[in-house]
Amino acid sequence: MKNRLGQFLIVAVVFAFMAAGTAMAADTIKLGVAGPHSGDLASYGIPTIKAAELVVKDINAKGGVLGRQVELLVEDDVCKPEVATNTATKLVSEGVHVVLGHICSGATKAALGIYKDSNIPVMSPSATNPALTQSGDYPNFFRTIASDDAQARLEVDFALDVLKLKKIAVLHDKGDYGKGLAEFAKAFLEKDPRAEVVFYEGITPGAVDYSAVVQKIKKSGAEAVIFGGYHPEASKIVTQMRKKRMDTIFISDDGVKDDTFIKVAQKYAEGVYATGPKDVSSNPMAIAANEAHKKAYGADPGAFYLNAYSAAIALLNAIEQAGSTDYAAVTNALRTKDVETPLGKIRFDDRGDAIGVGFSMYQVKDGAYVELK
Amino acid sequence: MDYFFELFLGGLTRGSIYALIALGYTMVYGIVQLINFAHGEIYMIGAFTALIVISVLTMLGWNQIAILLIAAGAAVVYSSAYGYTMEKIAYKPLRQAPRLSALISAIGMSLFLQNYVLLAQTSDFLPFPALIPDFEFMEPIAHIIGSPELVILITTTIVMVLLTFLIKFTKIGKAMRATAQDRDMAQLVGVDVNRVISVTFIIGSATAAIGGVLIASHIGQINFYIGFIAGIKAFVAAVLGGIGSIPGAVLGSLVLGWTESFFTGYISSDYEDVFAFVFLVLILIFRPAGILGRSTSEKV
Amino acid sequence: MWIEIETPMLANELKKSFLASLWFMFLTFPIMVIRVNTVEKIIQWRWANLFFVGIGSFILSALWRYLIRRKEQGIHRTEVDGIARVTLSQRLLGDRRFTIPALIITTIAALVFPFVFSIYQTNIMITALIYVMLGLGLNIVVGLAGLLDLGYVAFYAVGAYSYALLNYHFGLGFWTVLGIGGGLAAMFGIILGFPVLRLRGDYLAIVTLGFGEIIRLILENWNAFSFGPSGIANIPRPGLFGIDLDIEQATIYVYFLMIAMTLFTIFVVNRLQNSRIGRAWIALREDEVACQSMGIDKRKTKLMAFALGATWAGFAGVVFAAKTTFINPASFTIWESINVLCVVVLGGMGSIVGVIVGAFILILLPEYLRFLSEYRMLAFGTVLVMMMVFRPGGIVETVRRTYQYKETDH
Repeated sequence: MKNRLGQFLIVAVVFAFMAAGTAMAADTIKLGVAGPHSGDLASYGIPTIKAAELVVKDINAKGGVLGRQVELLVEDDVCKPEVATNTATKLVSEGVHVVLGHICSGATKAALGIYKDSNIPVMSPSATNPALTQSGDYPNFFRTIASDDAQARLEVDFALDVLKLKKIAVLHDKGDYGKGLAEFAKAFLEKDPRAEVVFYEGITPGAVDYSAVVQKIKKSGAEAVIFGGYHPEASKIVTQMRKKRMDTIFISDDGVKDDTFIKVAQKYAEGVYATGPKDVSSNPMAIAANEAHKKAYGADPGAFYLNAYSAAIALLNAIEQAGSTDYAAVTNALRTKDVETPLGKIRFDDRGDAIGVGFSMYQVKDGAYVELK
Repeated sequence: MDYFFELFLGGLTRGSIYALIALGYTMVYGIVQLINFAHGEIYMIGAFTALIVISVLTMLGWNQIAILLIAAGAAVVYSSAYGYTMEKIAYKPLRQAPRLSALISAIGMSLFLQNYVLLAQTSDFLPFPALIPDFEFMEPIAHIIGSPELVILITTTIVMVLLTFLIKFTKIGKAMRATAQDRDMAQLVGVDVNRVISVTFIIGSATAAIGGVLIASHIGQINFYIGFIAGIKAFVAAVLGGIGSIPGAVLGSLVLGWTESFFTGYISSDYEDVFAFVFLVLILIFRPAGILGRSTSEKV
Repeated sequence: MWIEIETPMLANELKKSFLASLWFMFLTFPIMVIRVNTVEKIIQWRWANLFFVGIGSFILSALWRYLIRRKEQGIHRTEVDGIARVTLSQRLLGDRRFTIPALIITTIAALVFPFVFSIYQTNIMITALIYVMLGLGLNIVVGLAGLLDLGYVAFYAVGAYSYALLNYHFGLGFWTVLGIGGGLAAMFGIILGFPVLRLRGDYLAIVTLGFGEIIRLILENWNAFSFGPSGIANIPRPGLFGIDLDIEQATIYVYFLMIAMTLFTIFVVNRLQNSRIGRAWIALREDEVACQSMGIDKRKTKLMAFALGATWAGFAGVVFAAKTTFINPASFTIWESINVLCVVVLGGMGSIVGVIVGAFILILLPEYLRFLSEYRMLAFGTVLVMMMVFRPGGIVETVRRTYQYKETDH
């Protein structure tokens, strides 16, 4: 008992000194990186670390920001709100100046309050929940990805203006992301007199089959399904619809615009529409960023890599422009000064959304997603 | 009426998927009185083994039917081996311990196996090839019930019949029943209880592997977590039917499948799982040992 | 009693270990050696892993058999001597020379902790204390009354959501809701208790599991009530007579609040354990039929266990919501129930000190082992199995209160 307590104390003291040690390590600019770096959602968080590492290496080689070197503080939040608050307090107590993250909307919301109280600007490459910027609760929050309602707007406009549909079913996976998106889609459709929502329900993710829901969609007479959620469920639903010989149009979101979807659903994926970030593959900075990743890690970059790359550039550029790490000056610089990033030239509006970052509609043609112009 | 019929068939498919997993669950429970929480993980390992074998053999350019047979065989062998080893490590030393200890050990095993596959393989979903071809004779009704569904239905029936036969009419079955009734007494009359329990785990795991391969090929994708989700549902189904009873597991699974299907079809899929659990509670209030379970009177 | 390892035995041991390592190399071959990626159509061969598995399982299997033998020897010795083995932890806990200094040290450590360590450390400590409270609550249901509850997280959710919602709609403060949250959770405990009165063992486990899922699914689906999966943000931290606290002060305040509440919980649970109802629970756990024949009202006793156990989860939930300032249904999955159950079982069922130790180990270890984060769940699973096999009573085994007749000289 006593021995164990002793060991614990030693460990605790060592950790405390380590924390104190990093805090005293003179005047570097501290860029925090937070997100899921372990667990089942790690694949969404790790590309952000790599992006930050590459940007920081680049900037430090050029002499740093304001003549100071940039130091990375990487912390895991496993995408869980309760862990994210620990992560945030850890970063704050280590004296972080700006934070790149968090990745999941729920974790971001939980952590933001802590950053707000400590006057630290936060920029997420991936948290798309509309309330983050629209509620006005978080003046310290910015993001380099468009919010879910923009995506829902695009899906609905596409269905009504381009496809000229009249009866639409809205489906979601009951998750934070999927349900939020589906609610916006439903609200937009209900406001528009041209179409009606004939069906609105949530499915249970991970279920072994969705035939009952598919039957119900068939019975509802919908011409198209707008689905909010991720690709594993989307591929099951599309496959079951096509096997039941339904040619209902399937429109979905960023979570489905993933090559795994096409690999799983195979021939049934043909013709599926999905929204995704605008194609920037012709942007020279994006090409350079992707090349740098391939050179450093020997593989193609993962999810939200370019968004994270742009966010890191935007944050460090704002500190440079502001001339200090002062909260008011940095946020002001983010809102007023344009910055050249792999996503194009961006600036942030009063709510924290990036101006000039948006979505386009893609369609699966011959086994690949093609951007529709 | 058509709509009703289609929901009925949907529920039947769903139910027979649950049944394939629930059969192994209930069998182990019937003989050892242990909730094998890691049963779902054995199912997942079966599916992964099959996928690995298929990928390697496809790369070597073998022919389709040979691949199918070898993959299924490998899945059964490996799942059984995992089930056997698991019993030896996590359950056998706990034979005399309280029931709760064995359950915690099973939860630990389940966590271990999930993360073992997560770390050794990947956290992403992997596409699983469709192994069952679309039969020609099914073509006219393919929009109502597909070939994979039909194969799952038939397999479930065969497995149920075989298991019942095994337990009722073979020598090892007799030993199993004796072990289930009274382990000490069985040992006294010369039943090798350790062997019986090992065989039970091997057979239970083999059925899980068959389920793993068929269901994965029907759904078309797998990851490390599929076992846990399916395992919980199969557990509910087995309890619903009366845990320990083989026909009960099938009946419970079908009832659960139909409940979910009709509830989704006529009311809403939002509360599908809520309803499934409420239904379970209702059944257990009126029949505390499940639909086909024998309610044993207390021995004092 | 001593077993000496002789040479033929050593050879035998080596052979056994060798066979075990061969078996595990076969077992792990497909999953450890071959990694397939059916998206990119890549197959990777990792032969080195096979080697590691072989070496690892050779050593582990020898260790395993050694430990099993030691355990059996222990049991054997108990049978021969006729007296129960008293473990080190039990001896220490019974010895005042140890307990009093230990208590003093713990008190001082607890008091200075937030001033010595960073806010991050304090924050983690609050989480650990919340789990102590949850563990002690579940201990009433599982440890004392012997009712296996796999849906304990439901009451935690009830507490958390009652604070978030009552605050959002009616602006109620932390202290008001603390009482209401506990009360609501107790009510839900009784609601769950009624239908499961007749069920026992494994049926009880699955129904409580279902109950936990039902609560979570309702929170997820009923947007108008609970704001659905996107959760509720900006929940205020507990106030201190209207003084504005910055984040560091607020954390320290919550920390001391949690210390006070934990002490209160320990006090109440300790009193409960030795009370009439506490003994009724233990009797119920040991033998339901005998318990009833002694005139104990089974119905009332079980419902009391559910209600009292749930109350603590309700309190803990309110504090949790106030501490994180954001909640959503994803924090209340079945894994959370399993986590709390593991706290209780790992620490030692029925033992208060055990539950406290269990909570600290289970919550602090993963935080300090962040660099091992990928392997932490794997290790967690392994620890659970090992613990059950080699030390089924938990870290701190409970000593049954025994009354002995001793002859004394007058």
